[in-house]
Amino acid sequence: MFQIRLHGRGGQGVVTGAEMLSVAAFLQGRHAQAFPSFGSERTGAPVVAFCRIDDREIRLREPIMEPDALIIQDPTLLHQVEVFSGLKPGDGYILINTSRSFDELGIGEFVSGFRPERLRTVPATELAVKHVGRPLPNAALLGGFAAVTGLLDLASVAAAIRDKFPGRVAEGNVAAATAAYEIVKQEMKEAALNAQAD
Amino acid sequence: MLKQIEGSLGVAEAVALCRPEVICAYPISPQTHIVENLGEMVKTGALAPCEFINVESEFSAMSVAIGASAAGARAYTATASQGLLYMVEAIFNAAGLGLPIVMTVANRAIGAPINIWNDHSDSMSQRDCGWIQLFAETNQEALDLHIQAFRLGEELSLPVMVCMDGFILTHAYERLDLPDQAQVDAYLPRYEPRQVLDPKEPVSIGAMVGPEAFTEVRYLAHAKQMQALELIPRHAQEFRAIFGRDSGGLVREYRTSDATTIVVALGSVLGTIKDTVDEMRREGHRIGALGIVSFRPFPLAEVRRVLHPAQRVVVLEKSLAVGIGGILSANVRMALSGVQLHGYTVIAGLGGRPITRKSLHKLFREAERDELQPLTFLDLDWNIVNRVLEREKRERRSGPIAETILRDVGVVAARVA
Repeated sequence: MFQIRLHGRGGQGVVTGAEMLSVAAFLQGRHAQAFPSFGSERTGAPVVAFCRIDDREIRLREPIMEPDALIIQDPTLLHQVEVFSGLKPGDGYILINTSRSFDELGIGEFVSGFRPERLRTVPATELAVKHVGRPLPNAALLGGFAAVTGLLDLASVAAAIRDKFPGRVAEGNVAAATAAYEIVKQEMKEAALNAQAD
Repeated sequence: MLKQIEGSLGVAEAVALCRPEVICAYPISPQTHIVENLGEMVKTGALAPCEFINVESEFSAMSVAIGASAAGARAYTATASQGLLYMVEAIFNAAGLGLPIVMTVANRAIGAPINIWNDHSDSMSQRDCGWIQLFAETNQEALDLHIQAFRLGEELSLPVMVCMDGFILTHAYERLDLPDQAQVDAYLPRYEPRQVLDPKEPVSIGAMVGPEAFTEVRYLAHAKQMQALELIPRHAQEFRAIFGRDSGGLVREYRTSDATTIVVALGSVLGTIKDTVDEMRREGHRIGALGIVSFRPFPLAEVRRVLHPAQRVVVLEKSLAVGIGGILSANVRMALSGVQLHGYTVIAGLGGRPITRKSLHKLFREAERDELQPLTFLDLDWNIVNRVLEREKRERRSGPIAETILRDVGVVAARVA
């Protein structure tokens, strides 16, 4: 079972992000379970949503306390909320919506125990503003997630986005997700080349 | 057809396939998405003929359902928590009149303190109101139980509550197998009311009954629920024949045949319990689980049949009978009258507190060693409790409990679990 925890703020589409993730996994024939954590639902308040993906029926109903991957929609949460709680060093994936680096975010040292190819940032809000016209980073992050984990195809992510949004909004979000996918893929290619050069 | 959708949408789709003629509802979390989806189906004409009636309160929602059902319509509504309490007088009337209304209860705690999260306090408060109460373990079962509920309720002329865990199920996206209209039509016949308000053949419904026959009317309500004990397994079998899957029935056993310890529970927590049982089985523990689908009528004989060979029974319930302990466990004990075994009541998951595998592992191991207290509150934070008790001992004006506790624990909104 692969478990993903999404952190963001009310109004950023965190819950919708988890739901689209589960739809993308479903479209690839997997079992998936997405659910929100209902804290305070005010705009701007910290929000957590969860998604489990497996090859068999998922019966577990507890929150995800030991995620395999984190999607952080808002980097201002990094020093406010225990976003990294339960993430296994070494194996864990971290995807952060930011145009800054892990060092610039002040967590370079914290993530030094993780596999570098599993740590990615993507400027999802900027991509959303460019392609959708609104600062909603959730769909773009799913493109980045597909690229860094290889767990989902970009085509499934695009289909999940079209399942959730109508017409032009869907196409804008698919474009943002595709751009995020390309950016992360490119970064990973460069990182792999650098690693070889080292 | 397989779809990856929210539980609330799945239930709305299932209810729509049952061709309800009147839907009335008042919004309350976590039930709202269900009736919102149905409202949209009525508005677009996808569900027709059907009248969607907006009301100003839950009391009116149930009153309108009573009127619609008495006029011969297939009637549906949904509620939760305080909403269920607000309709209580009408709930008893619906059962007393024998009107086969189907209602979803998206289980949620009851205030005060106000709490929007899941537990079973709302349904449990109505356990003796005369409605049949079925508890869903998964969203697939929630969907399927609604189809069975219309069939069962109408056959007996009794109202049926389908209880599903608020948020945990209602707001979860998972894979659902949605039946087609032909399957539902084959399973659920047209509603033939036993009593109907018809201007062409005028009757009155709701006469006053005095001491001369009130006991007999009440006995008949009980006798009908006893008939449901026969019908529920039969309906589950017929459901399987048409839809190709197991849903409903009175109880569901999981790895109980050689189990020395059996955990009894209602609703979605059974999934987490089954995963814990599997992990413990791999380590050689002889443990199993018994899910109760039909809480009213309560299947005493089935529960006894499954539990009596065990050495101990752990009843894990999301509700509390203040002043005595368990509600489900009191019913389970009744099923075990005269049987010698260790019985434990565990109150868990109140007001949305997560029930984790980690806590269950510890709990079940303590039970196996018979070290558990007869009444246990899972993951109770004694620090919080003792601080309040000490404060109350120290000062007369110790203040409102909820507010002082929140000051003690600080803001928890940012916590993961």
